[in-house]
Amino acid sequence: MKWPWKHTKEYPEFWNTYVNAFAKANPKSLTESRFVSFDTETTGLDVKNDKILSIGAVALQQNTISVMDSFELYIKQEQYNPESAPIHGILKHGEYKKVNEIDAIKRCLDFIGTDILVGHHVGFDLAIINNTLKRYGLGKLKNKALDTGTLYKRLLHPVNYALIKNVYTLDELSEALKIPVYDRHTASGDAMITALAFIKICTRLNSHGKLKLKDLFK
Amino acid sequence: MKNTIAYRIYDFLKQFPPFNFMSKKDLLEICDLAQVIYLHKDQVLFNRDDDYGSHFYIVQQGAIKLSRPSHDRIKVVDICDEGDLFGLRVTHEDMYRTTATANEETIIYALPMATFSSFAASNKAISNYLIASFASNIKDPYTLETSGQLLTDYNPDRAQNLFGISQARFSEKVIQITPKASIQKAAALMKKHEIGCLVIAEEEIPIGILTNRDLRNTIASGNLKQETLVKDIMSAPVICTTPKVTVGQAQLLLLKNGISHLVLTEDGTSATKIKGILSKHDIVVSFGNSPTELIKEIKRAPKTKDLRHAWSKANILLSRYLNQNLPLSHILNIFGELKDALIARAMELSLRKMATPPPVPFVWLALGSQGRKEQLLYTDQDNALLYTDVSDDQNDQAKTYFLKLANRMNKRLHKIGYDYCPADMMASNPLYCLSLSEWKAQFSEWISYPSPKSILLSGIFFDYTPFYGDQSLSNALTEHIREELNKGPLLIRHMAKNALRNPPPMSFFRQFLVESNGDHKDFFDIKSRAIAPLIDAGRVLALGQGMLTHKHTSTRFTQLAEIDTPNRELFESASYAFKALLKFRTKRGLAQNDNGRFIKLEELTKIEKLKLKRCFKTLRDVQEVIRIRYQTQHI
Repeated sequence: MKWPWKHTKEYPEFWNTYVNAFAKANPKSLTESRFVSFDTETTGLDVKNDKILSIGAVALQQNTISVMDSFELYIKQEQYNPESAPIHGILKHGEYKKVNEIDAIKRCLDFIGTDILVGHHVGFDLAIINNTLKRYGLGKLKNKALDTGTLYKRLLHPVNYALIKNVYTLDELSEALKIPVYDRHTASGDAMITALAFIKICTRLNSHGKLKLKDLFK
Repeated sequence: MKNTIAYRIYDFLKQFPPFNFMSKKDLLEICDLAQVIYLHKDQVLFNRDDDYGSHFYIVQQGAIKLSRPSHDRIKVVDICDEGDLFGLRVTHEDMYRTTATANEETIIYALPMATFSSFAASNKAISNYLIASFASNIKDPYTLETSGQLLTDYNPDRAQNLFGISQARFSEKVIQITPKASIQKAAALMKKHEIGCLVIAEEEIPIGILTNRDLRNTIASGNLKQETLVKDIMSAPVICTTPKVTVGQAQLLLLKNGISHLVLTEDGTSATKIKGILSKHDIVVSFGNSPTELIKEIKRAPKTKDLRHAWSKANILLSRYLNQNLPLSHILNIFGELKDALIARAMELSLRKMATPPPVPFVWLALGSQGRKEQLLYTDQDNALLYTDVSDDQNDQAKTYFLKLANRMNKRLHKIGYDYCPADMMASNPLYCLSLSEWKAQFSEWISYPSPKSILLSGIFFDYTPFYGDQSLSNALTEHIREELNKGPLLIRHMAKNALRNPPPMSFFRQFLVESNGDHKDFFDIKSRAIAPLIDAGRVLALGQGMLTHKHTSTRFTQLAEIDTPNRELFESASYAFKALLKFRTKRGLAQNDNGRFIKLEELTKIEKLKLKRCFKTLRDVQEVIRIRYQTQHI
């Protein structure tokens, strides 16, 4: 299949819709904002060459996560890496209903809109999505993003500075924040754990009741 | 499209009625519309008199407290645990009857009311279940004798009800005597059985009752003669009732007749045979709020939930004790015992959940205010764990084990009502779950190299008390600290300076200093301005004298008074002042339903203000002693 916009520099309509929405978006407060917590399962950790196998996302507003406002896709990929299979458990010809990569992109952009993305070690997920977009001749994601790994460090009390680590895994985070772990290493399950972690972190950062949205990006 | 999250909710719901009566397809339809809501402790989900929302709720983890105002205070109607439903609109009312607050960190699922109702209407099993267990008692749980499965029996306050509906417990073994027996014989019998009451009976039919009071009155009135018989002084007729009497009825009978014992007979009249006797004490025990009963309840609690139940009863008891103005030292003693039992039981439950027994002996330490046993109200957890030294190659394994144990323990205490420590000073923190030699090294470092951080921590860590486990470990640590402190006064002098940081809260014009900014503007912060400085002073002085065994501030001052003759009076009044302040705070805390830290000055009576001011004068004098003794201006 050909992607005409690669040569003409004319982007497809869904991309224009996605980009134009940012110009129209009004600034929102912390309580008004819809956040999208997401996670990807991939064939490996190389953002250049590995491919996305599934994307899971849940939307959250204040302290509520709606099942209706969630999103879970498995993507058809020619590339398959048996080594990563034990982690995510997605088989090459598994019995999940899979979609084309480009359809997944469309639905993904439609779901996130202009809202703020939340992920654990979100840099990797953003990079692999941006790389996918690039292969289709599209631009990068324009959404703002927050990382629960980074935000969590703000909670740690300075007395314990000796213990503060550089990197916290999602398992360490859920242990520390006392989040029960289900469906770990499925995109949706991890997105859900990340969403709960995000809510808990914000609640604690907001113990004085004056937390603003912009404070999260400091 | 597959939805992992909906399936996860489905897996949870299908374990509980009424959802287990539903088909998978129907239930999944509900799950697709569900929401997951996180509530932090004390966050309000909905208020009484709010309009019903479009969702009802089920607790996934944590607990939700349902309360409503009753007279002049807030009454807890129910606590919903995991799997309990609430907020379901079953009558034609438009507003919530209760306020729902998170009792601890809680995750709930919000389920669509409309969708569920349509399934409920078409499914007989669901509607029957709802009617039977839910509909009638959500409106008023007090009108039903037994609450349904969905409403747990959690309600310590219910036992306060005058019409306690449970059957009264009584003793079946009745010590009897014939009317023609002598008083001396009767008294001897009472002494032998250590009882305060005899039933006078002929062939098992009661004719009178003889109590301590009757004997006392006879002696006082001078009517006592050698030949006086039991029948001359007994109380008759006997007030009888049936063995089926409820606690409430029994209490009414006792009150109405101004007596302390009821005789139970076959048909409840004095014409049939005696079946038992019931005393005022039995009633008290039935209410289950006597400390001895509570300790039993705590020690036998099969689950954390039961511990929480027992502990909230203990808090009701506490408020009653304070209202009766019992001496604080007495209250602290009772609560110390209860707290010991609580921690021990929580630890037993935690240990039971571990796959293996502990690899080496350990001891659970309470720190800070709990270590000083000064904490009556719910508070943050401050605790640490100390275990026996193991060889280097096994230390990692032991540490992993104890961290896991500590984590369970911290979670359990959180469930009972103790918040996580915001500074993470808990045994589940790897910094505070150490072997004996690691702890020794840690204290040596704090003592030899005082830093702002170690001064801050010393306030918490020097006041440790073993709560569970092998006390020889904590004793060894105490000995080590004593040796280290003997090496030089450096840390003590820094602590002394730190203890003077907060001068007594009197301004120039002998007015109270109130907070000038923040959320508590115009409030008086009794903790940081009065109690904490006194605690700090007590610690410095005690450590300075090498007194490491007692941690309680007023005991510290009492001991200081004994060895420091010139300052005896001052330290004695400091000991008293501390108790007065603590009682004050606890009372305010119970009245305000918080930790009692901030006090609105306008709400104090003149006498209360005077009392407080007197405490501050003592504090100022104690600080002066420290200033001179440790020459703090030269640091």
